[in-house]
Amino acid sequence: MQRVGVFVCHCGSNIAATVDVKKVAEMALMEPGVVHAEDYQYMCSEAGQARIQEAIREKQLTGIVVCSCSPRMHETTFRTAAQRAGLNPYMVEIANIREHCSWIHKDMEEATKKAVLLMRAAVAKVNLNTPLRPGESRVTKRALVIGGGIAGIQTALDIADAGYEVDIVEKTPSIGGRMSQLDKTFPTLDCSACILTPKMVEANAHERITIYTYSEVEKVTGFVGDFTVDIRKKARSVDMNKCTGCGVCQEKCPSKKTPSEFNRGLSTRSAIYTPFAQAIPNVPVIDREHCIKFQTGKCGVCAKVCQAGAIDYEQKDEIITQKYGAIVVATGFDMIRLDDYDEYAYSQSKDVVTSLELERIMNAAGPTKGHLERLSDGKAPKEIVFIQCVGSRCADNRGKSYCSKICCMYTAKHAMLIRDKYPDVNVTVFYIDVRTPGKNFDEFYRRAVEEYGVNYIKGQVGKVIPQPDGRLLVQGVDLIDNRQILKEADMVVLAAAIEPDPDVRKIATMLTASIDTNNFLTEAHAKLRPVESPTAGIFLSGVCQGPKDIPETVSQAGAAAVKAIGLLAKDKLLTNPCTAHSDELLCNGCSQCANVCPYGAISYEDRQVNDHGIREVRRIAVVNDALCQGCGACTVTCPSGAMDLQGFSNRQILAEVDALCR
Amino acid sequence: MSIEAKEEFRPKIVAFCCNWCSYAGADLAGSSRLSYPADVKIIRVPCSCRVNPMFILRAFEKGADGVIICGCHPGDCHYTTGNFYARRRMTLLFSMLDFIGVESGRTRVEWVSAAEGVKFSATMNEFVEKIRSLGKNVRLEDLRCQNV
Amino acid sequence: MTAQKKQAEQIKEISGVNPLKCMKCGKCSASCPSYNEMDIKPHQFVSYVINEDIEALVHSKSLWKCLSCFACIERCPRDVKPGKLIDAARQLVVRKKGGDYLSPDEMAQLLDPEIPQQLLVSAFRRYRR
Repeated sequence: MQRVGVFVCHCGSNIAATVDVKKVAEMALMEPGVVHAEDYQYMCSEAGQARIQEAIREKQLTGIVVCSCSPRMHETTFRTAAQRAGLNPYMVEIANIREHCSWIHKDMEEATKKAVLLMRAAVAKVNLNTPLRPGESRVTKRALVIGGGIAGIQTALDIADAGYEVDIVEKTPSIGGRMSQLDKTFPTLDCSACILTPKMVEANAHERITIYTYSEVEKVTGFVGDFTVDIRKKARSVDMNKCTGCGVCQEKCPSKKTPSEFNRGLSTRSAIYTPFAQAIPNVPVIDREHCIKFQTGKCGVCAKVCQAGAIDYEQKDEIITQKYGAIVVATGFDMIRLDDYDEYAYSQSKDVVTSLELERIMNAAGPTKGHLERLSDGKAPKEIVFIQCVGSRCADNRGKSYCSKICCMYTAKHAMLIRDKYPDVNVTVFYIDVRTPGKNFDEFYRRAVEEYGVNYIKGQVGKVIPQPDGRLLVQGVDLIDNRQILKEADMVVLAAAIEPDPDVRKIATMLTASIDTNNFLTEAHAKLRPVESPTAGIFLSGVCQGPKDIPETVSQAGAAAVKAIGLLAKDKLLTNPCTAHSDELLCNGCSQCANVCPYGAISYEDRQVNDHGIREVRRIAVVNDALCQGCGACTVTCPSGAMDLQGFSNRQILAEVDALCR
Repeated sequence: MSIEAKEEFRPKIVAFCCNWCSYAGADLAGSSRLSYPADVKIIRVPCSCRVNPMFILRAFEKGADGVIICGCHPGDCHYTTGNFYARRRMTLLFSMLDFIGVESGRTRVEWVSAAEGVKFSATMNEFVEKIRSLGKNVRLEDLRCQNV
Repeated sequence: MTAQKKQAEQIKEISGVNPLKCMKCGKCSASCPSYNEMDIKPHQFVSYVINEDIEALVHSKSLWKCLSCFACIERCPRDVKPGKLIDAARQLVVRKKGGDYLSPDEMAQLLDPEIPQQLLVSAFRRYRR
C-alpha cells in the first residue's frame, strides 16, 4: 500500500475563489492510501515546495498528488521538488483543478464536487504508480538544415561555427534562395547580392558544412538526438568533381526556350543551366524535361563542348542516408499565384508585374539588364502605379488572411529607387495602411514621401484596364479626398501576398511537426519558444514560421541555431520513461503490435520463459526503450493484453475511470 | 422515478484527451474562461490511440452516461498516426455499442487542437446537452454497483 | 432596442453581412461605376450600418444610383460586400411601402439565364419605386 500525500493549492484566489480547498483536503484524507493532506496558498512557491518536501520526509510518503493548475504548467516543478526530497519523480500526479475546474465553473458547490472527483482520480492513479527511471539516448552531433536560403545559410553557419557538422539540403540547383533574386534591400538599400554572396561562399567553404543542392529530404525516422534522414540527390547529369564551371555548355546548348525560374519567367534559359552567375555550387544541371538529348536522344552538344568531360547523361538519383541530432526547417516562401485576380489584369498585360518580378527588372543581371522598361514594348515608363495588399489580409478564399509584413517596406524601397534613378517617372502607391514597425523603417517610408516625392494615396485600386494604346487605366479611390481616381499608367506593380513554400506541408508531415491552416509551421510557444517546434529536436528558421523580412529572418536563424547547438552540446538525453512493455507470459508473438508502432520500436526475440513451471522458448515482443515514444498504440492492439504502457497503464486509467464514475 | 428527479439529471461524462492537442485545448478553454458543465471530467492520455475500448466499456459499466474521446486533427498527431488508429477503433466500437443499445449519441470522437479552446468548450456544451436529452444510461451498467 | 438599432440589425440580417469585418481598404469605392453619382460612397455604407444611421442611408441618392453590378461584392477582400448592404437598405424601403413590386408572372417573363437573378431582383427594386 502506498502512503499518499495530497496537496491542494489555492493559487491565490484562482482556485480558492470557486473551490472549497479545505473541503478537498479534508475529503482526501478519506481516500485509500492517503496519510497526509493539506492546502496552501501557492504550492509552486518556494515555501509550498518546502511543505511538500517536508511532508514527504516526515510522513515517509511514497506518492503525492498535487491539486493545482494544469500538469502542462507545473508537473516538472513538483516532480523536481519531490525528487529533491528523495521521492521518485514519477510518483507525482497532478489533479488539474484550475484550468479544468475553478476557471470554468462559477458555482462553488459544483466546482468543489468536481475538484474532489478529480482529486480522487489522481489518488486512485498514484496508488498504482511505480517508480520509473528515464533511460538515456545518445545525441548525434550533426545538424540538418532544410532549405538553403538566407535563413538556412545563417543557421548552418552559426551551428558550424560552434563546432558541429551541418548539412544543408536545397531543392534548387543553388543555395541563395529568395534573397538572391532581390536587387536592393531595405532600409539601407545595400545590394542584396553584395551582402548575400559572401555568406554563400562562406557556407560553401566551411569545413563543417556540406551542401546538397538539387536535393530533397525524402524520409525521416527517429527522434530528437537521433534522426535518420534519407536525402535524394537528384541526378544533375553533370559530374560535380570534374566540372570547372566554365559555362561553355550553357552557351552552346541549342535548347534555350525554357522560362528562367530565377528571373520569374521573364527571360529564358538553356536546358543545361546554372540559375544565376554567383550560383553555389557553380555547376550546372541538365533540366531533363527540356533537354533535347533526353527528350529525343539526339543532340549531346554539351558533352561535345565540355573540355572537362563532366557531362554524364547516365547519372542516376542518389539516396544519401545520414544521422542527425537536430533538424532545422528553413523552407522559406513564394509569392501567391495571381490567377484569381482578374481585376488587376495580371495575366492580360505584360506590364502588370509582381514586386518580385520588378526586383528582377531592376537588377543588372535581370531580363532587362537593370533598365526600367515595359516588358511589352521595351519603352521607358513615365507613370508607375503600385498596388498594396494583393491577396494579403483577405477574408475570402482568393487570398491569405495574414499581413505579409514585407510589402510596405519593399514598395517604399522600389518607389524610392525608381524616383532616384529616373526622376521623370511619377510613382503612385495605393495603400490601405502603411505598416512600418522596425528600426529606421518609418523614417525610410517618410523619406520616400518627403524627399523622393512618391505619391501615396490611401485607398485601393478596383480595376486595371489595358487600353488599346498599350497603356493601363487604373481605377482607384482616394479615401481621404473622397474621390474616385482614373489614372493612366505605363506599369502596374502588385504587392502579392507571400505564402510558405508549398513543399513545407510534406516536410512537416515527415517531421511530425505541426503546421497551421496557412501552412506556417507552429512554434512550441507563441511567446516563449518561438523557434522550436512542439516536436522535440525540430527548430524553425525564417519565413516557414511566419512572414519576416531579412533582418528578422537572420535573427531568428541565429536563435534557431542556438537552440540546435544547445541540443547538440549534450552528450546524452534523458528519455521519457513512460514507454511500453510486454509481459512475456502473456505475449504470444503475434506481431500485431509491431505493425502499428510508428517508431519501429518493437522487435521479436525467442526467449526462455518459465510459465508456472513450464519452461519453454517463446517468441515474444521486446520494446526498445530508446525508440519507444509512449503513444500506446500497441497496448490497445495487443489481443492478449500483454502490452502495457508505463505511467499510463491499463490499471491506472481504469482506476481513474472508476474514481470519476463513482 | 419522479419527474422532478428527471429534471435534475446530471450526467456523468468521461472525456479522454490526448496530451498534445486536446488536453492543451481544454487548458486553453480554462485559461480563456470558456465554461462548460462540470459534468465533464477529463482523463489525460498520451494519445487518443491509448484509449482502449475496455476503458469505455468500464466507464459505462460504472455508470457513465457518455464518453468522448478527443485527439489531434487528422495528420497532426504527435505520434504521426495515433489518431487514425483511434478513429478506426472507435468507429467499430461505437457501432457495436449502438447495436447493443448504447445510443450512438453517447459516444463521440472529436478533434481538438491545442489552439481550439473555443471548440473544446463548444463541443463539451453540445455533448452534455445531447447526453441530457438522452437521459441516464442503463444499458451496460453493472447493477451490482447500485446498492453501494 | 431603438428603432435605429433595429433597422441596422434588419439590414445585417437581410444582407447576411458582418460590417465589422471591413478593413476600410476602399476597394468597393474604387470599383464602383456609379461612384460620382453617389452622395454616400460605397465604402461609407459600411460605417453607416455600424453607426446605425440607417435613416441617412435610406434617404440617400446612392440607394437608387447603385447599379447592382456586383463589382464591390466580387472584389471585396474582406467578404463585407457593400452592395449587399445597400440592396438590403433598398429592401427595407420597398417593404415599408407595402411589399413586392413584381408579380410572379411578370418575373418569369423577364428571366434571362445570362443575367444573375439577384441583379434582376434588385434592379426592379430600383426602377419600380
